[in-house]
Amino acid sequence: MSDPMQEIMASFFIECEELHESLVDALQALADGDADVETINVAFRAVHSIKGGAGAFGLDDLVNFAHQFETVMDACRSGDLAMDDPLNSLFLRCSDVLSDLIRCSRDGEPIDTAMSGGLIEELAAYVSSDNEGGAEPEEEIDFQPMTLDLGELGGPGDDMAVDLPSLDDLPPINLDFPSTSPGLLVEFRPDRELYESGNEPLFLIKTLADLGPCQTTVTLDPPKSIEDLKNLGGRLSWSILVETVSQPDAVAEIFEFTDGLCQLNVTPQQDAEPDAVISELTEETTPVVTPQADDIPTAAPPAPAETSKANPIDSPSTKRSESKPAKASPTVRVDLERIERLVNLVGELVINQAMLSQSIAQEDIPPNSPVSAGLDEFMQLTRNIQESVMMIRAQPVKSLFQRMSRIVRESSAAIDKRVRLVTDGETTEIDKTAIERLADPLTHMIRNAVDHGLENAATRRERGKNEQGEIRLSAAHRSGRVVIEVADDGGGIDREKVRAKAIEKGLIAEDAALSESETDQLLFLPGFSTATEVSSLSGRGVGMDVVRTQISSLGGRVSIESSPGVGTTFSISLPLTLAVLDGMVITVAGETLVIPLNAIVETLSLAVDDLRTVAEGQKVLRVREQFVSVLDLGTELGYRAQIPVEEGTIALLISPEEGVLVALLVDTIEDQRQVVIKGMQESYGRVPGVAAATILGDGQIALILDPNDLIQNSSGDDVVILQKKAS
Amino acid sequence: MTVASDPQVSETGATGETEYLSFRIGENEYSVEIMSVREIRGWTRTTSLPHAPDFVRGVINLRGTVLPVVDLALRLGLEETEPEDRNVIIVVDVESRVMGLRVDAVSDILSFSPDQLQPPPEMTSKSRFVRALTILDDRMVRLLDLEEVLPSNKEVAA
Repeated sequence: MSDPMQEIMASFFIECEELHESLVDALQALADGDADVETINVAFRAVHSIKGGAGAFGLDDLVNFAHQFETVMDACRSGDLAMDDPLNSLFLRCSDVLSDLIRCSRDGEPIDTAMSGGLIEELAAYVSSDNEGGAEPEEEIDFQPMTLDLGELGGPGDDMAVDLPSLDDLPPINLDFPSTSPGLLVEFRPDRELYESGNEPLFLIKTLADLGPCQTTVTLDPPKSIEDLKNLGGRLSWSILVETVSQPDAVAEIFEFTDGLCQLNVTPQQDAEPDAVISELTEETTPVVTPQADDIPTAAPPAPAETSKANPIDSPSTKRSESKPAKASPTVRVDLERIERLVNLVGELVINQAMLSQSIAQEDIPPNSPVSAGLDEFMQLTRNIQESVMMIRAQPVKSLFQRMSRIVRESSAAIDKRVRLVTDGETTEIDKTAIERLADPLTHMIRNAVDHGLENAATRRERGKNEQGEIRLSAAHRSGRVVIEVADDGGGIDREKVRAKAIEKGLIAEDAALSESETDQLLFLPGFSTATEVSSLSGRGVGMDVVRTQISSLGGRVSIESSPGVGTTFSISLPLTLAVLDGMVITVAGETLVIPLNAIVETLSLAVDDLRTVAEGQKVLRVREQFVSVLDLGTELGYRAQIPVEEGTIALLISPEEGVLVALLVDTIEDQRQVVIKGMQESYGRVPGVAAATILGDGQIALILDPNDLIQNSSGDDVVILQKKAS
Repeated sequence: MTVASDPQVSETGATGETEYLSFRIGENEYSVEIMSVREIRGWTRTTSLPHAPDFVRGVINLRGTVLPVVDLALRLGLEETEPEDRNVIIVVDVESRVMGLRVDAVSDILSFSPDQLQPPPEMTSKSRFVRALTILDDRMVRLLDLEEVLPSNKEVAA
């Protein structure tokens, strides 16, 4: 790890991920038709930056592919090639392969050229038929950080006009321009940042030469005083007269990467008189100091992420100011382990604070004493710290959704269905760990939706649906949990088929009477697969039971909703944070328990008349004009037999779903406080109705209930029964 | 703690000796391999778990982590006794699963070589918990198979 190159490469690959993300975003915007002028530029810059970085590390396969990709994209960018659906889908496939290539390069895996080869040809087909327009992209650019040979230019001296010798080596320009071409005068003065970010003016000028024959003059500004030496800045300026018919935007495009890093002035020339221009230029230039030679080699690695977010190009021929590109708020990459540590420490802090407040409460200190006031402040601070720490871990689900759009593309192509993925709520933030661990189950669910959920085109036509199937992937915060839904507009679950399959596999008895939802639950049984023929997508030995296990290891649940002919929706519901929650501390049958505060709608003190018996042992509670089913928490948890309800018994109203209320009877409410979640899954396994455990101020463990799970298991024992049958 | 199977450490000279922690439940003496034992601590009140099998006493706070405690007497099908302060919890670590075992009292550390151990006669259903038997000073010591003793996920998740 001591190899600095390794570190630079590691950061390059992280940047690649970000760039790839913005590429996919842009391409998706193009596909959805909500792109603007800048969108294709964003995509182009992303690929270009990946190519640039890859070149510096000698990742030739990656460079070649990115180059071809970029070439076609550049043609689109300049308007020579119209974006259409096939092209867009090609771009999307290319971006998939690009991400594979990046991954292979990163992991040092051998690169399968067959993978990219076909696409390169497809891409090449686009440009070979087109490119008369002259917007030929740059030749292979070697991004090897290199410095200008400042030594040759000497120290502070007279104004110098140096012809760049290397321009002679440029390939002959084969474009046939009328000799009376008006030409453009490009005045280019790089700022110090341009050198620091590893840009090479020579390449820019070379590219400029592609537009037409150039007359180039370089000027070195001498420092006027010793003070100027301190103000480091670009001291070289170029004045280039290009004989071209191109519009000033063509020049602006070449220089777009240097946006904000230089002063650029493009003026159309009617009558080329470079000498006059130069003299004028040298007169007005203000002296600045040459970038110190040793500044440049140590310069930071190129920051392509930043340039990719650069502002749209201003109209050409406006004088560029030194204004920096609008920066996204600066970020720091932190090792996840450090964050974990911080989260754990904050957890301990919260427990400690609970202990402290408990002992202060026992001391009978008056509430207006400084100690109490200090404690209040301390609690406030703890809460702020805890919230901030949690926010560090939270990340938008966007990256996850992007991966899923690829799964949809690939899986729909494999079985020749046309599928559109609609995503919603990409900015919903969930814990990073959860994002990573959701990828597998979601992939499986998406594949299922494409393969089994959606009908084939012919059936869809018959049913009067759009031939293109739709899969909707959405994320949202709902009552303290994150709900991620995968919905298809397919045929719905064929319950007859599911049932037949379950009987055939011996999972249920032939005469088992199952409700619709019970039948749906069969899908989660191990070894269940309804696909009558095993297609290339399904039959991989991973079933919905694995999905369910993976989700529940995150403390989440999966549920199915399906209606025949309309579609199927799988919902994953996950806890919002993984470490701390606001809870109500209650007791029941002598046990102290914590109920998440956000699950509680209301607390009530019962009057005996409020309760009505509807059936043997089943009571309902009248809350205002609504009847609510009643569960005795002690009985549900198996702590005691049902006890008669007395006057003043406390009931907590819980809403497991929209519009549904359930009353939980408890003995006392002790407190309302923040508790630190301690997992029990690893050491013990899942306890029905219990989400996790926590440690109270007195060192005792209290269980944190999962009221929804509790209610579901009590009202529908079916799930448990089915699991027993399976095992 | 040293590994007793190391011949140089084993003082009795017999090769392949292993050390065991022996403890008492009622009148019976049991032992577990000492390498599985992480610590021994006094009895503290447990928080009971809903729907847990009867032999799972509940969970305790072991320096900030949640430790499930198995009542070994109930697990082995012995008579139930009410926990008292003199009882101890042996914290064991088997294949990175950490659990507590409630026993009456810890008695000794013993060394046995494999040839001193006999397989238990296959008589009762509970015998799967006992891996071997041995005689020490006229007392019978049962060696427990911890992997069997600790409840499997299937057992607790019902």
